[in-house]
Amino acid sequence: MTADDGFDETLFELALRMGDNALILGQRVSAWCGHAPVLEEDIAMANVGLDLIGQTKLWLGLAGEIEGKGRSADDLAFLRADRAFRNCLLVEQPNVDYAHTLMRQYLFDAWHLPMLTALKQSAEPRVAEIAEKSAKEAAYHLERSSDLVIRLGDGSVESHERMQAALNALWPFTGEFVAPDDVDKAAASRGLGPDLSAIAERYNETTAAVLRDATLSAPADAPVRKGGKEGLHSEHLGYLLSEMQWLQRSHPGAQW
Amino acid sequence: MYAQEVKSTGKAVKSLEEMTPEERVFQTRIDADIKIEPKDWMPEGYRKTLVRQISQHAHSEIVGQLPEGNWITRAPTLDRKAILLAKVQDEAGHGLYLYCAAETLGVSRDQMTEQLLAGKAKYSSIFNYPTLTWADIGAIGWLVDGAAIMNQVPLQRCSYGPYSRAMIRICKEESFHQRQGYDIMMKLVKGTPEQKAMAQDALNRWWQPSLMMFGPPDADSIHSAQSMAWGIKQNSNDELRQKFVDQTVPQATYLGLTVPDPDLKWNEEKGGYDFGEIDWNEFFEVLKGNGPCNKERMEARRKAWDDGAWFRDGLMAHAEKRAARKIAAE
Ligand SMILES: [Fe+2]
Ligand SMILES: [Fe+2]
Repeated sequence: MTADDGFDETLFELALRMGDNALILGQRVSAWCGHAPVLEEDIAMANVGLDLIGQTKLWLGLAGEIEGKGRSADDLAFLRADRAFRNCLLVEQPNVDYAHTLMRQYLFDAWHLPMLTALKQSAEPRVAEIAEKSAKEAAYHLERSSDLVIRLGDGSVESHERMQAALNALWPFTGEFVAPDDVDKAAASRGLGPDLSAIAERYNETTAAVLRDATLSAPADAPVRKGGKEGLHSEHLGYLLSEMQWLQRSHPGAQW
Repeated sequence: MYAQEVKSTGKAVKSLEEMTPEERVFQTRIDADIKIEPKDWMPEGYRKTLVRQISQHAHSEIVGQLPEGNWITRAPTLDRKAILLAKVQDEAGHGLYLYCAAETLGVSRDQMTEQLLAGKAKYSSIFNYPTLTWADIGAIGWLVDGAAIMNQVPLQRCSYGPYSRAMIRICKEESFHQRQGYDIMMKLVKGTPEQKAMAQDALNRWWQPSLMMFGPPDADSIHSAQSMAWGIKQNSNDELRQKFVDQTVPQATYLGLTVPDPDLKWNEEKGGYDFGEIDWNEFFEVLKGNGPCNKERMEARRKAWDDGAWFRDGLMAHAEKRAARKIAAE
């Protein structure tokens, strides 16, 4: 999907999707700073948030470069309207409690790592380079979140119930990550991104193993909830963006 | 400072002649600049004063996450968001080092947390002021971390080994905190008229509370003498406050901002600034719990602790299950 003017829409969309997932999840996670259940979690969550914001800068920076209209990563993060965001619905789901936060993180990480690992082979070197750097961080995130999901799932009665409730609420959003649409297919056909069905296989294997160890069960026949990749979001995103973008938008053109 | 008005023994400092042999050996070590380590003998008053001071300091780092954390989700750029997040994360880390240092004196982190949440332990008055605009994030880094550095640099030489070592690690990070704050202010004063006004307004609101961070005037500071003799306090409150004013006023001038004090004047003779009377009534009200945000700060900490109980219990339950399984398998 390269237009006559040289604009590579597929590549642009791919970079936006990766960047927006990192940005929106980073924004959610960073809201825990100072409010986590133990000091070590304040620190660990902030680490995850920092990695995700760092990745956002790279992906959205690349998206701006591909677009070629002079938009910076900040312009894309702070001045885009909600319908132009390309993150999956899962990452914009609210924090609710620490169980939802950890489960959301795990369900994301379990996709993020195999996705980034595959993107290291991208035919586009700039994509491969960002993936190379981000995959290391994602591997650490997945290690941490799966460990916590297992310990809390197989923990006390209450921690088990909370983790199961979070899984029930969030599982329907996981399908979107691995259900290929036209952009994914175009990216795969040009070797820019992976064939998502291979990622789906990895995803199902790892989540099945971790959830089994956590004594949790994914709801059977849950409907897949999707739309974020095409810019059709849940109502939550508007509130997240109004908070995140408010300062930038109330001082047009100001430097910070 | 982060530990303002730490209660000591409340008694006069003993002379070497009045001391027991143990006390004398202890004091001689301190006077010779030899660090006291957890296993060494120490007077009960020394231990208690240190526990109070270190835990107050730790609580300040923890509560101190809140006013700045308030702006992480609203930071205006990705870089600012990351820098602020990293900064607040550092403060959590400082809390951790300090709790560990206090634990070497025989008090657990959970005990200290419970004291804080029960309203029995203090934390710095400064964190009971609200962060109303983005410029407040700049002002906190510049002024509050600046004041913290002023106090903490001498604490690196504190007589108690674990506290001194914690302070050495902390001080390395604090200068980055101050720089990022000053950098925010710099950007604002070079920006639009609204941004510049925001910066001035933040300075107006944070100036006096920052001066209060050093604690009450020396004349009213009843617990300082013993702490100084024990090497857990190196400089007097007024000394540090003066140093802070002298350092900060030129920085404000460089920013093109006005320090909100009509009595501020360079005093050639003393080689420092004279400055106006501080509203100590406000300071004591804030310490008593009547500051603008005391209630919100404590509620936020209590909520984090209470809401997190299931998480901590869950991890504990898992550890027990795992241990039981291991025994069963043997
Ligand atoms: Fe600190
Ligand atoms: Fe700091």
